[in-house]
Amino acid sequence: MEKIVSLKNVSKTFPVGKSLLGKPTKFVHAVNNVSFDVFEGETFSIVGESGCGKSTTGRIINHLLVPDSGEVWFQGKEISKISQDEMRPLRKDMQMIFQDPAGSLNPRMRVSELIEEPLIVHTNMSAEERAKVVGELLGIVGLSSKHAGRYPHEFSGGQKQRIGIARALTVNPKLVIADEPISALDVSIQAQVLNLLHRLQEEYKLTYVFISHDLSVVEMISDRIAVMYLGFVVETAPKTQLYANPVHPYTEALLSAVPIPDPTLQKERIILEGDIPSTINLPKGCPFAARCKKCGKECLEQRPETKEVEPGHFVACHKC
Amino acid sequence: MSNTPNEREETTVSFEESYIDENILADKSSKTKEFIKKFLKRKTAVAAFFVMVLLLIIALIGPYIAPYDPSEFDYENILTPPTAEHWFGTDQFGQDIFSRILAGAPLTLGVSLSSVVVGAALGTVLGLLAGYYGGWIEMLVMRGADVLFSFPDILLAIAIVALLGPGILNVFIAVAVFTVPSFARLMRSATLAVKGSLYVEVAHSLGCKDGRILFLHIFPGTIQSLIVNFTMRIGSAIMAASSLSFLGFGANVTDPEWGAMLSQSRTYLATAPHMMYFPALIIFVTVLAFNLFGDGLRDTLDPKIK
Repeated sequence: MEKIVSLKNVSKTFPVGKSLLGKPTKFVHAVNNVSFDVFEGETFSIVGESGCGKSTTGRIINHLLVPDSGEVWFQGKEISKISQDEMRPLRKDMQMIFQDPAGSLNPRMRVSELIEEPLIVHTNMSAEERAKVVGELLGIVGLSSKHAGRYPHEFSGGQKQRIGIARALTVNPKLVIADEPISALDVSIQAQVLNLLHRLQEEYKLTYVFISHDLSVVEMISDRIAVMYLGFVVETAPKTQLYANPVHPYTEALLSAVPIPDPTLQKERIILEGDIPSTINLPKGCPFAARCKKCGKECLEQRPETKEVEPGHFVACHKC
Repeated sequence: MSNTPNEREETTVSFEESYIDENILADKSSKTKEFIKKFLKRKTAVAAFFVMVLLLIIALIGPYIAPYDPSEFDYENILTPPTAEHWFGTDQFGQDIFSRILAGAPLTLGVSLSSVVVGAALGTVLGLLAGYYGGWIEMLVMRGADVLFSFPDILLAIAIVALLGPGILNVFIAVAVFTVPSFARLMRSATLAVKGSLYVEVAHSLGCKDGRILFLHIFPGTIQSLIVNFTMRIGSAIMAASSLSFLGFGANVTDPEWGAMLSQSRTYLATAPHMMYFPALIIFVTVLAFNLFGDGLRDTLDPKIK
């Protein structure tokens, strides 16, 4: 399979606090030395708790944020340092779905205007052609072309997210970055939207980068999964391997937190102690060392290298 | 996708359910209707609105409905107090004050409105650019606004007119110039607020160009604060234009401009105070109407006020 996206040692920091002269004094290390590949046609999920850098990673792929260091390859082109003007034609192949469906739709635009916007930006279609595409897309995502003249506030959350999905699909992208697309929705609606995403992937041969904190959702939709902690990717593996054989202690703890819908079943729950270290002063050694029960001396001293424990299964841990 | 057969089945089932019934949609509630309903509750603002409309009508048709020629001298009736023939009395040349106020409406309102329109347009563009691009543009615009703000409005206007010379056109320029900074400042902060919203980030991710983002996504989000400031500034522009004419910097003293009429009345304050009352009253009512309307509009648009 072809690589569609490839991140190589990508890091991103955000300045916080300024000295008297306006120079930033502290940095939040949002994404640290992240590397992974996404292959065409697959669903690659990024999971982790809040603030672990998942969304930042998504925005870096989408060139909404420029990384401080490292390389971002998209369809064989290094995009991390190109200008917005150079990026514009590439955006046709890379669209994004956002977490907050209400916030991502301009409240002053009609549904038709929202969905046709990528067409205006990327194509020279006439108004009638655009209206036709909008009507078709609304049908595809389970709305009706009758809704084209309405405003976003007239729709429910799930319907708004469908509008967001329709908009992402207008220009036939190859890659869709879905940043927590369903976490703002009700569970029953989550299933509908997930099914929609799934169906669209099969119909249009889409590649998804799926960002989520919900492990059961990730299990359902992903092919491969990257687990992030404190801005580091700690484990990357195909879904079945990761769920059957989690290697990194953090992944183990994370998976043990997924509830099993069977009240009689007793399972061993790994409770993590302590807090997540500050992203301003990163620990010197392994980012997870402070909360890890396997923690040894080298874990406190040295950052673990990423190694391949079985084919396609990468882990950054001294003890594994 | 390696889903189990069981999950596949669920997929098909929920697809059928996922099509949305037209009736489940939220009511097609109209924001305009809600706005009008809320606005109508504010009685003073509604009254101000009607006064405003009346004044604008007068400005349009005033000169044609005036009972007397506003520049016709009538030496038989000099400085007559209000009578049945001359409702607002006459001035030192026997000109009918009521007719002069009607005829002066397009002059005073026209200068104030057009100068606020021009000043607001300029300030809006500067504020949008400053807020959106930041950096040296923002520095330049905001420090410029700070400098203009450090003068009291009327002093600044006088300075500009003193520089350009008196005349109604220069009053227009002066009022426009001192309107710019308040709009630039307002629009910068409004732009910053909208710029941070998710839908603007989405527009970036869709590949929209800066111009499109600025005018299609950011500008419509700032219109509310723009309109409120606009109505408020018209009040102060009328004040400024009249004050400049009163001080002799603006309209020709023989023109029926309200401020100029007020200036003329000063000499006859002791003998014919009615010459002062009526122009002063109309300026007062006009400014009050625009300000009350602006207040009402601001309260109506503020979602925190019920």
